[in-house]
Amino acid sequence: KLRHHSITTVTLLPDIISTVEFNHTGELLATGDKGGRVVIFQREQESKNQIHRRGEYNVYSTFQSHEPEFDYLKSLEIEEKINKIRWLPQQNAAYFLLSTNDKTVKLWKVSERDKRPEGYNLKDEEGRLRDPATITTLRVPVLRPMDLMVEATPRRVFANAHTYHINSISVNSDYETYMSADDLRINLWNFEITNQSFNIVDIKPANMEELTEVITAAEFHPHHCNTFVYSSSKGTIRLCDMRASALCDRHTKFFEEPEDPSNRSFFSEIISSISDVKFSHSGRYIMTRDYLTVKVWDLNMENRPIETYQVHDYLRSKLCSLYENDCIFDKFECVWNGSDSVIMTGSYNNFFRMFDRNTKRDVTLEASRENSKPRAILKPRKVCVGGKRRKDEISVDSLDFSKKILHTAWHPSENIIAVAATNNLYIFQDKVN
Amino acid sequence: MSAEVPEAASAEEQKSEHNLLFWFIEVIYLKLFQEMEDKVTSPEKAEEAKLKARYPHLGQKPGGSDFLRKRLQKGQKYFDSGDYNMAKAKMKNKQLPAAAPDKTEVTGDHIPTPQDLPQRKPSLVTSKLAG
Repeated sequence: KLRHHSITTVTLLPDIISTVEFNHTGELLATGDKGGRVVIFQREQESKNQIHRRGEYNVYSTFQSHEPEFDYLKSLEIEEKINKIRWLPQQNAAYFLLSTNDKTVKLWKVSERDKRPEGYNLKDEEGRLRDPATITTLRVPVLRPMDLMVEATPRRVFANAHTYHINSISVNSDYETYMSADDLRINLWNFEITNQSFNIVDIKPANMEELTEVITAAEFHPHHCNTFVYSSSKGTIRLCDMRASALCDRHTKFFEEPEDPSNRSFFSEIISSISDVKFSHSGRYIMTRDYLTVKVWDLNMENRPIETYQVHDYLRSKLCSLYENDCIFDKFECVWNGSDSVIMTGSYNNFFRMFDRNTKRDVTLEASRENSKPRAILKPRKVCVGGKRRKDEISVDSLDFSKKILHTAWHPSENIIAVAATNNLYIFQDKVN
Repeated sequence: MSAEVPEAASAEEQKSEHNLLFWFIEVIYLKLFQEMEDKVTSPEKAEEAKLKARYPHLGQKPGGSDFLRKRLQKGQKYFDSGDYNMAKAKMKNKQLPAAAPDKTEVTGDHIPTPQDLPQRKPSLVTSKLAG
């Protein structure tokens, strides 16, 4: 008989979480926060003795990735907030990740140390130098086991390449290069070289008065190392092929959904701005998130998306106040599950939404401590749009717009999701056994 | 007007009065229905009207570039005491215009005053929970 239950863990982090990312095996989960810190969680190994604790995520390493800086030349404060973290695939015992703030990308190495050398000749056990005159014999230092220590060291710093604010980084499938994208430019880096990067996209107009759109997100194709996409504030996506030319200002494909001109309003362009773009694991589709919807596009069809999902259409009648409180500019992310059959994105009131692409069913769930008992199955939530409100529904006017879920992540192969709700990291695991 | 007691309307007069009344009611219903339909077919347009009512000057410059410029200029601008003192010294020679109330960019040509500049965000304070 199959038992179906879920595990929920909530971790209170010291600052507002600004990015969440599983590594390629799902063993590690990294979070970046507004204070420039990175906290990495590791999944507990299976153990015969602790079956019920199998698979929980515990803190593995914490380090300060970025510090606040000040650009004196431009009188600009550079926030230490981590905008994105991307893992490199594991190639040896150490783990590598890229973390970026608005201006600087850093490559971090996270490694374990469980042995320590003992028996130095020139130093005593506390590390103090010994008087050479007292040394009469030589010995060979030996490695002795010690308590596991996890160290994070910065291996590369990729700085001074972006005039505008970095919104995306993406590791190429060749594992040798990666790209960083800001509002107007995209640069290509080699992991080994920090003092040079190639500019591959530049949409800065000669006259800034003519500026009409900015780059909002960019990502490499998961398998084809020559292909990448970038999205814009006007709701369009461009696919570029680096084999075509060194500067990819001319796109290879241009994805845009035609707009009904009679529906156009002051808000149309703002809510069409794409806040996130993600390739499916298969590489066949891309998913985009704009303010009210999630769209799935087939790379072979540029003139419209193949699927559109309404995240919170009831907000359409609240756009005026959402513009006044700046919420209309919130940048929500979106993620695929491992098999590309379910997509997930966040909303307000600590709600997040999942859409099953095959069954066309969707569900709204809530990340809140009150509703998350460790073993309970999450209860679906419902927003009531008008008329009579049922007992456990919540009305649009009662939604808390300060509780927004912008960042979520899905384990690469299992039904484990990480949801960032301000300072709280929720990890939901679905278990059937 | 005559002070006569009005006679009871004839049957025909009554009928036409009723028709008029019905017509009025129909027109009112139609108008209400139209308004409802407008709201239903385009809640976005209704929201736009609300916004325009509150901020009549919005949208006169192209909306896109305003947002974009604000986005690109993210980051604080600090008060430059050098600029301030130089401009004050220049003031002795000629009258310089004070900053327009809605001017967001502070350059070296006019006297920047502390009131012109955007609010500086509070100093970075590490959280007590930081490890």
